[in-house]
Amino acid sequence: MKQCLVVDDSSVIRKVARRILEDMNFEITEAEDGQQALDACRSTMPDAILLDWNMPVMDGLEFLTSLRAEDGGESPVVVFCTTENDVAHIARAIRAGANEYIMKPFDREIVEAKFQEVGLI
Amino acid sequence: MTPGEFEFLKTFLKTRSGLVLSSDKQYLVESRLLPIARSSKLETLSAVIQTLQRGSNRTLETDVIEAMTTNESFFFRDKTPFDHFKETMLPALKEARASRRQLKIWCAAASTGQEPYSLGICLKEEASKLPGWRTRILGTDLSLEVLEKAKAGLYSQFEVQRGLPIQMLLKYFDQKGDMWQITAEMRSMIEWKKLNLLESFTHLGEFDIVFCRNVLIYFDQTTKSEILGRLAKTLPDDGFLVLGAAETVVGLTDAFKPVPGKRGLFQKKQAVQAGTGSAAGPRLAVGGGVGFRR
Repeated sequence: MKQCLVVDDSSVIRKVARRILEDMNFEITEAEDGQQALDACRSTMPDAILLDWNMPVMDGLEFLTSLRAEDGGESPVVVFCTTENDVAHIARAIRAGANEYIMKPFDREIVEAKFQEVGLI
Repeated sequence: MTPGEFEFLKTFLKTRSGLVLSSDKQYLVESRLLPIARSSKLETLSAVIQTLQRGSNRTLETDVIEAMTTNESFFFRDKTPFDHFKETMLPALKEARASRRQLKIWCAAASTGQEPYSLGICLKEEASKLPGWRTRILGTDLSLEVLEKAKAGLYSQFEVQRGLPIQMLLKYFDQKGDMWQITAEMRSMIEWKKLNLLESFTHLGEFDIVFCRNVLIYFDQTTKSEILGRLAKTLPDDGFLVLGAAETVVGLTDAFKPVPGKRGLFQKKQAVQAGTGSAAGPRLAVGGGVGFRR
């Protein structure tokens, strides 16, 4: 079973994402901010990361930059999932090493389409 | 809606658009036609159908046909046909049309434009392999309303997130407020025309590739056969027909044969028998002397 780390400071979003991803046969771990996510990755590198942008302590972009610099940190497929929906933000995320990008609000179909796009399902 | 009214609607849609409405589609009728009932101030479905029966309201007739025949569409829908396009059709036709350097593609059920634009994006991505080629994509649909949307190339955030990789969004779309618009350059690649597949399409000329996905399913067997027969006349022997994932020509026509191992892809019977077209075609074309003209 593939592992997906869901990183979002909203417990509602984490719950919705968990439900969708569990139906897609992923094993879910959760983190509330970038720092928690980085700690989680240092203990076990997941196959996929669904990543919010705006979070306290450490934001999504900072986390992604740190992750990609870690040992083995290039391997997880990172899908941003954020309300930031302008070209500048998307381009920055891609440059920092994001594999795909979901603009909130999202639904099951979009998550499935994007995960399919990057070969996770 | 009474059973009699439903029967009338069935006949009306069959004669006017070819759409076969099965009896279990009552919910579909309600969800599609209630908005029309409201916007036309007729309030109820019965009133809409009675107005259709009087035959005095052309606008309403068109609205009803369009609402019932419009399908949901998304970019790179089903993915496989676009892989076939890049990996099978383009390489074969690149050799076979090497002297002419021209490709004509027809999307026969273009709907809101996602399919023609997806093909346009494929062609752009493959442009380095087709230097100096002229490519033309024609998108046709029964509904003027969806063609207007297709022509505008303006899509919601939801629409651009189904099937379209984020890199493609950045490369081929401009953000317009809450919407995303495909670039003017991409829009200029596609020509749009209103067309009912029940009517003659000989005036469109000949094509190298025809995409006709998920539209034949709405017609009965006789109409399907008849349309497939006419589609065959728009394609040369080495041309390609693409149908939807769940569609087939088996039992409907002898004009097309499935390309082995390529789901949804068909060629004229002769071309496939001559050596699977796609695989042998390029070698034949090079060996046959077409290549020297490049």
